[in-house]
Amino acid sequence: MKLRFNRKQLCIPYAAFLILFVIVPLLVIIYYAFTDGEGQFTFGNLISFFSSTNTIGTLIYSFALAITTTLVCLLIAYPTAYILARSHFKKKYVMLLLFIMPMWINFTLRITALKEILTAIEGNIAAYPFLNSVIGMTYDFLPFMILPLYTSLLKLDNSLLEAAQDLGASKIKVFLRVTLPLSVPGIISGITMVLLPSMTNYVVLDMLYNSTYIMGSLIGSYFNSFDWNNGSMISLILLVIIFIVTLVTNRFSDKDDNGGREVIL
Amino acid sequence: MKKVAPILWICIVLCLTYIPILLLAVYSFTDATTVGADIGGFTFANYINLFANEELRDMIIGTVVLAVVSATIATILGTLGAIGAFYSKKLGKGLMRSANQIPVVNADIVTGFSLCVLLIVLLGINKDTFIPLGIGHVVLCAPFVYLSVMPKLKQMDNNLYEAALDLGATPAQALFKVVLPQLIPGILSGFMLAITLSLDDYFITTYTKPSTFDTISTYVFNATKGGQTEIKTALWALSTVIFLIVIIVVIVMNVTSSKKKAEVKNAKI
Repeated sequence: MKLRFNRKQLCIPYAAFLILFVIVPLLVIIYYAFTDGEGQFTFGNLISFFSSTNTIGTLIYSFALAITTTLVCLLIAYPTAYILARSHFKKKYVMLLLFIMPMWINFTLRITALKEILTAIEGNIAAYPFLNSVIGMTYDFLPFMILPLYTSLLKLDNSLLEAAQDLGASKIKVFLRVTLPLSVPGIISGITMVLLPSMTNYVVLDMLYNSTYIMGSLIGSYFNSFDWNNGSMISLILLVIIFIVTLVTNRFSDKDDNGGREVIL
Repeated sequence: MKKVAPILWICIVLCLTYIPILLLAVYSFTDATTVGADIGGFTFANYINLFANEELRDMIIGTVVLAVVSATIATILGTLGAIGAFYSKKLGKGLMRSANQIPVVNADIVTGFSLCVLLIVLLGINKDTFIPLGIGHVVLCAPFVYLSVMPKLKQMDNNLYEAALDLGATPAQALFKVVLPQLIPGILSGFMLAITLSLDDYFITTYTKPSTFDTISTYVFNATKGGQTEIKTALWALSTVIFLIVIIVVIVMNVTSSKKKAEVKNAKI
């Protein structure tokens, strides 16, 4: 009996670490979100978030941008992952690596490169903020969408597709009724990898045209003005959004999934 | 005809992905200051700047040291955590799994901001000690190490551990000589993942770093605000160097892994 006890103890340092630096900070955020500068309990931060047209506008803009980016990523990534996973390339793994490699180049440097190109093509990038935001986010997050889609499409059992065809389904029907439903875990995992970062990663937008209107930038500006209470309220609102998204996606996705971030080498 | 469309699609997506990076690489060897301008004379000036400029050099070394140190700590913590959780009862396992999942699904900006509020605002820890920054990067990396090690534990043959004990090994010996070696692929890929996450991070760094310290991400971001063309074009050189390193690492890892596969095949025959 003593033996099992020993092995279990190994997780104590990590458990303590998670409690101290993951769970406690979230509790602190909740505390700060519902207090004012003097530490008095207040709903003021919450009310001011929902009564200001500026912050509500930012929330709506973030959703619009995040959903558009996710859809664009999905539309580009699905055919790509499908072609890669179902192809008869001998080295499809190497092909996949070509798509994943940009992930390992620092994203600020990639956005620098993108900015130079967009400026060369469009002239003034700030003239089309929404379009360029979508382009920037898609450029940044596309590999994170391709990877989970590829993994789930690769797992697809070929005999199921053949069976459907033998039973008389047309190619389009096979795709819509068999392939697509079976790749839902990959789609969901890809969506979570792209949706949340594109609501919060204001650096991409800030680098492209020096101004941002998404949820992440609100935290950034409260941080710069040392307004911890309102910053915490924004964080809390983001946490609630993340929690809802996770609840919904957990119903579809594989267990023990670590998103698309898994190193595949 | 049928096969052309998929290949065309793949080519288009690859081109869109690589044209900005490659074009920047080409321009990094010229004295032009904006991409799209006439390619002037060929020069290594940007590369010389990159390695001669003390500020740039310190920033690159700082980024790498931070990544290696925090990835090492994260790997130790995450691996031990995964082993401990694996042998825990269902409740403990579930709690660990959920707590570990929080930083994974959470937005980096919320993780960074909440750590900043706890460590710097509430506890008053001095940013310049690098403690908040180090903790932040371990929070970012350790959960992914845990997730990389866990599947290897599940695949492991538990009888081997029992056999080692029966043959007279102490539990510690059995753990280090029997269990740990079987986890090495998971630990290594967790470590690699931790390094890449730390290198790429912007948000946790920016909310917890000492004001005079910069990683590549925060430095590049600030540099785009400033108007120094010399720094800007030196960063093009940096982008190209990183791109080359990534290509080399990918090729080396592929060659070694295919060699290993070949060895395994030969051994089986």
